[in-house]
Amino acid sequence: MDYATILQILDSAVRLMTPLLLACLAGLYSERAGVFDIGLEGKMLMAAFSAAATAAVTGSVWLGLVAGVLSAVAMSLIHGLAAITFRGNQLISGVAINFLASGLTMLLGQSWFGLGGRTPSLEGAARFSPVTLPGTEALSGIPVLGPFYAEVVSGHTALVYVAALLVPGTWWLLYRTRFGLRLRAVGENPASVDTAGVSVPRLRWAAVAICGVLTGLAGAYLATGLSAGFVKEMTAGRGYIALAALIFANWRPWRALGATFLFGLMEAVANRYPELDLGFVTIPSMVMSALPYLLTVIILAGFIGRATPPRAGGEPYVKER
Amino acid sequence: MTRLPRWADLVLVPLISLALAFAISALVILSIGQNPVEALKVMVTGALGSSYGWGYTLYYATNFIFTGLAVAVAAHAGLFNIGAEGQASLGGLGVALVALALPWPHWGVALPVAMVGAALFGAMWAFIPAILQAKRGSHIVITTIMFNFLAAALLNWLLVNVLRPPGSMDPASARFPESTQLPRLTDMAAAVGIEWGKSTPANISFLIALAACVLVWLLIWRTPLGYEIRAFGRSERAALYAGIRPARIIVIAMMISGGLAGLMAINNVMGEAGRLLLNSAEGAGFIGIAVALMGRNHPVGIVLAALLFGFLYQGGAELALWTSIPRELIVVIQALVILFTGALDNMVRMPLGRLFGAR
Repeated sequence: MDYATILQILDSAVRLMTPLLLACLAGLYSERAGVFDIGLEGKMLMAAFSAAATAAVTGSVWLGLVAGVLSAVAMSLIHGLAAITFRGNQLISGVAINFLASGLTMLLGQSWFGLGGRTPSLEGAARFSPVTLPGTEALSGIPVLGPFYAEVVSGHTALVYVAALLVPGTWWLLYRTRFGLRLRAVGENPASVDTAGVSVPRLRWAAVAICGVLTGLAGAYLATGLSAGFVKEMTAGRGYIALAALIFANWRPWRALGATFLFGLMEAVANRYPELDLGFVTIPSMVMSALPYLLTVIILAGFIGRATPPRAGGEPYVKER
Repeated sequence: MTRLPRWADLVLVPLISLALAFAISALVILSIGQNPVEALKVMVTGALGSSYGWGYTLYYATNFIFTGLAVAVAAHAGLFNIGAEGQASLGGLGVALVALALPWPHWGVALPVAMVGAALFGAMWAFIPAILQAKRGSHIVITTIMFNFLAAALLNWLLVNVLRPPGSMDPASARFPESTQLPRLTDMAAAVGIEWGKSTPANISFLIALAACVLVWLLIWRTPLGYEIRAFGRSERAALYAGIRPARIIVIAMMISGGLAGLMAINNVMGEAGRLLLNSAEGAGFIGIAVALMGRNHPVGIVLAALLFGFLYQGGAELALWTSIPRELIVVIQALVILFTGALDNMVRMPLGRLFGAR
């Protein structure tokens, strides 16, 4: 394997990491506030469809992005209504949202475009185009660093950089602001937040809304950045892998970056080498594609590290009377 | 909150939830420029208007009874088993291994062994998440979701590399021997001189599913184990205080649940396809969630809800055939039923509580 191949794989890993990272951070906000969200998959799918459909009709990727975010936020509102307002089962609500998105995207896609659930292929202004970062030219003469900067760091679409910036942004918001402190507290011990005179439902609604916006970005990137249009079930379990990454990251932003990059890298390697030959043994593609799920189970079982979820996660808060 | 009368809790709440789900589905049909009344007519005629339609409706309902019971048994122990899909796929593997292992002389010999195979493989697939929950505290919802993906990957690999007969291009197992073909309901009707459900896949598994309902009812409400499962599901601390061992209940309840999900395979793999196909469960494991929620985790409710979803499935297929409404409409209805009966339960319940409280 030469340097150029490694760079190509890393480049592809960064692209594949981005939707996972956005969805993982989305889940982080929601779950840190005590609202479990297994509906990340559905929100991403809905956003991917809305973004691709809007971009295909209007020809503008930015309008697509807005539509994607709005649709994911709408799904989030359903989840908030069930989880916060009506104190329902958050897991069941997440399952329902996944099916709702799966059904609606296929139903609407088929009846609007008649392409078997696909949207028309996007091109030109209907897709995100790569951004060349400043300094690519200047660094191009340097042997190892130059190609690395040009191939892996520069040349991605805008949402990749947005996702990367969201990692320090989330860290700062969670650990350096009053809002972040309250958000974390509401996921650990909502009663104490309530006693301090801060509204538990309002904080949770804020977290659920942020979660909607981020899954919206993730879905829009999937359909208009990573690929050129929507294909049915195109999230293909990414919402669940993001959830796995969130557990792997122990609900922390920087570790989320590491975990999603690892899962992105695994996908990139699996795409490039369907049958990975390690010399002494050939790993079948099935193992490569199953690896994120297997890792999650092993992590959950506590054999590598220890997953400590937010303590009040999944429980609706009932004010004492 | 006011406690609802029993009949309202068992009948009114699910019916209102269902009405809401249908009302929103009608709006969705309107929004794609179709007529919801026409759609309903096509569905009712297609699924219930002939013995052919009924044959398919009962075939689908059989799958959903098994998976609905699976989700319900776990739910009685306070566990949310989202893994019925993977467990049902593994059950298919169990059936296929049994059916292909020996030259079975008669289906009557093959069926009991296939049932054991199906239940065993389904139960084993539920065992790992169960033991991880019981001993290591891993959240069963996440592990069972992961096990669905693992089951899909495993079966994909097995069907392509191991079970595929030489020379075949399909990722599917070899055909089962003729002698393992289960008697279809249409043959059984013909034996007593009635012409019913010609060329439909409904088979003897439907009767086995009904028997399973009775057995689950007996287990949950008439045995000490069932009492322990329910006690644990209501309050883990109280159950612990009463001397019930949590780890034991989690593992047993999940294995029964997985076994029931696995048993579904005698219907779709042995009764219908006659070989193991890729993605054999076709989402029935997930429909089990909707069926159990709608049927309030009671076998009678589950049979009714499974019939409803069987009707929706067959009606949806007819819809795709005769109108331009895609059959994915069923997924939307399924999602809305789960949403209203499972997550937004209180939204339906609160106004009703006020209504009954006011009297």
